[in-house]
Formats: sequence, structure tokens, C-alpha cells
Amino acid sequence: MELLAWSPPGWGATLVAGLGNTILIALGAYALGLAIGVAGAFGKLYGGLITKDLLAVYTTLVRAVPELVLLLLITFAAKDAINSVLTANGFDPINFSGVAAGIIVLGVVQGAYSTEVLRGAILSVPAGQIEAARAMGMSPSLLARRITLPLMASAAVPGLANLWLTVTKDTALLAVIGFIELTKATSLAAGTTKSFLTFYLAAGVMYLALSLVSVFIFARIEKWARRGQRNATGGAM
Amino acid sequence: MTAFLQPRRIVLIAIGLALVLWCALSLNWTWLPDYLHLIPLAIWRTIWLTVVTMALGMMLAIPLGLAQAVGPAYLSIPARVYCSIIRGTPLLLQLWLLYYGLGSVFAQFPEIRQSVLWPILRQAWPYAVLALTLSVAGYEGEVMRGAFKGVPNGQLEAARAMGMPRFTIFWRIWLPQAVRRALPTIGGETVLQLKSTPLVATITVVDIYSLAKRVTQDTFIVYEPLLLLALVYMAIAGLIVLLFRWLELRVPSRVA
Repeated sequence: MELLAWSPPGWGATLVAGLGNTILIALGAYALGLAIGVAGAFGKLYGGLITKDLLAVYTTLVRAVPELVLLLLITFAAKDAINSVLTANGFDPINFSGVAAGIIVLGVVQGAYSTEVLRGAILSVPAGQIEAARAMGMSPSLLARRITLPLMASAAVPGLANLWLTVTKDTALLAVIGFIELTKATSLAAGTTKSFLTFYLAAGVMYLALSLVSVFIFARIEKWARRGQRNATGGAM
Repeated sequence: MTAFLQPRRIVLIAIGLALVLWCALSLNWTWLPDYLHLIPLAIWRTIWLTVVTMALGMMLAIPLGLAQAVGPAYLSIPARVYCSIIRGTPLLLQLWLLYYGLGSVFAQFPEIRQSVLWPILRQAWPYAVLALTLSVAGYEGEVMRGAFKGVPNGQLEAARAMGMPRFTIFWRIWLPQAVRRALPTIGGETVLQLKSTPLVATITVVDIYSLAKRVTQDTFIVYEPLLLLALVYMAIAGLIVLLFRWLELRVPSRVA
């Protein structure tokens, strides 16, 4: 138990720092994934024919290839692309790693899943609502902000909650590439002290706590998104 | 077919083919002949892991789902806790916990080290199978819970009215209808399981992913093995999707 103490020789601080990195990367990747998802969903539904086909290729490819393989591919490709742009403009190449790289890599993967969740949610908005807004002369962006996005929120929240739980767990894959997040910090601590069971169980408890808190928060968000909706019996919820 | 092959699609397909051709011709594939003989076995390991852990996981998932759907509290609460723990922690952590954690505990006991099981327990693949099975059981348990609950009550009442024993009801009526309902989800989960198998490379099991990593380590070629790897996974995923589509068509279902 003293191995989990906060200050050295305990590894508590290392694990908590790892958990902080995990949450930071997860939040960033989720936000980036949502941004890609909103754009992708609107593109898939209202975009031009070629946009639709390209987005279909993006979501199909990303969802058919293991996340680990995608992470490696995107990490190398992004590193090479950024550094070739930098050297072409006379800058020194940068070391593409750490939190920002994790966010970009996981965000691109999340974007494909978000696109599908949000597309389904937009389809659940009654067509009459959107037609009415168009008939009132709303511009497409105003329509999206005032009508489509608020109305689809309640249908999107369960899927988006699942995606958040997925991204918190997918951050563990970054350990394979060498990012110091919770799983990597745990394996470092376990490898140094040889008490594997203690550290992996401790990390498991941390992940579980994160997921239980997330489930609770998303239940609150879903309740908020469903405010004003009537349930099946006709009364307000 | 005419709806799919419109001019813009033909252009897109042409661009895609040109990309593939460019990859095949101008990238560095000189390493491929040296590793060609290793590829079939590695692909077979990946498929074997997916199929075996899916089958074992389903066997665990059926009691887990049943316990959550209709079981008494002393069965349903542990089942629910198990599913929450599995679904709340990363598979990589579960894998490392079992391999390094359990493995190091086993190694401490001379009784286990001298037992006949030790040559098996010393290898990595039993832990890979165990971790992937336990993980998929947790996810499938939730799916089966919903599927068992989704079978119309009238079906079970009719079976009971016919005087069927409880086990026969479960085997002939309840389970087939629940599996039929869950089939599309199980298909999706099988693809997800396929995509989790590369994680076993981190505990030294040699599947197709770890072969690609080895090529990179030996030759410092980065993109080519990964691109080929992505292609292999897409092909297997496509096969799984086709297999489940065929299964779904084989099991008759009436669309109202």
C-alpha cells in the first residue's frame, strides 16, 4: 500500500499525473471529434454529392481498421506532414508528441464515430420543424443553431455518452506508442517496483471511477436535453 | 447497380484505384518476399483469436444476460457489477493486469510452477484468450440482457401453456429468439473484437499486427507494413460483415 503513497518512493503522484493526462487527452480528442462530427454529419446529409461520398469513405475506413493501427498511421503521417511543412518554410522540425499529438490522433478517429451518431440524431428531428424554419426564411447556419442542434440533442446524448466512455478507454492505446498517460504511468510504476497486481488494480479503480462519474454526469445532461419533452403517457417529464 | 455507378462515383473509384496503384508501384515493397511465408500464419492467429474469444465470450454472455434480465438479486447484482467493471476499464489495462499481474502471482507459488499446467501458463496466449474472452463477455452480457428482455412475453406464455419444461422453453423458444434479435449487434461486436486483437501483440503474442511491427523494426520501413496491415483488417472486417448478413438472411424474420 505504501507504494501508492503520494510522494516518492510512492508512485501516487505519477499515477494521478497520468490520470490527468488521460482526462486532458480524452477531453481534447472528444471536442475535436465532436467538431469533425458536426461538420461531417451536416456534410453527409446536406453536402454535395462528392462530399457525401468522401465522408462515406472516411467513416467506413476509420471504423474498419483497428484504432491501434490508425493511431500509428496518423501519428507518423501527421509528424511527417507537419515537419515537411516546417522545413519547407525554413523552420526547424518539431518533436510531434505529447498531449497535442494524442488529441489530434484520437480526435480524427472519434470524428468518424461522432459523424454517424450525429447523423442519426439529425435524422430524428421531425422534417416539419426544419421545413417550417426554412419557410420562415432562416439561414442554414441559424437553422442549425436554433432548430436542428437543440432538437437533436436529446437523441444524440446516449450515443455521445458511449463515445466519451470509448475515448477515455482509447487513450490507453496511446501507451503502446509511448505517451505517458495513466496506463503507461502504471506500467512504468509496476515494472520498476515489480508489484504488478497492486498498480494495475489501482489504475483499474481510477478508470472505473472516471467512467462512473461520467455516466452520472451524462445522465444529468440527458435529463437537461430532454427538458420540456413529453413522455409516452402525455405528461411532462 | 446503375444508381451506384454514376459518373462521379466512377471518377472517385478511378482516383482510388490510382492511389492503390501508386502505393503498389512507387512505395518500397522489397521487404515483402522475405516475410511472405510468415503472413498466412499471422493472419490465421488473428482470425483464430477473434473466433475463439467471441465463441467463449458468448457462452459466458448468455448466463450473464439471463442473470441480469430475470435473475434474482444475488445473481443479477454481481452480473451487473461485472459488466460495469469490464466496460469501465480499458482492455489494454485488463490484458496487462492478467498477464503481468496474474502471471507474476502464479510465478510466486512453487506448486503452480511444478504443476503440469505451468508450460501453458508460462506462455502469453492463454492470458490473451482469457482477457479478450472476459472483455467481450462483459459487453455481450449487456447486449444479451436487452435481447432476452426483448422477446415478447406471449411467446414464453404460449410455451408454458403448451406444458414445455423450463429448460426446453429456454433452449427452443427464448434463446433462439433472443439471439435472432441480437444478431446485428453481435455482428458489430465481432468487428470490434477483431479490432481489439492487435493489443495482444503488447504481451508478445505473434499476430498479424506484431508481424507488421517486426517488419518496421527490422527494416525501418514505416508506412508500407501499416498500409498492408490496414488492408488485411479491412478485408477480414468485410468478411465478418458479409458472414453476419448471410446469417441474418438465413434466420427467417417477418418484417411487419
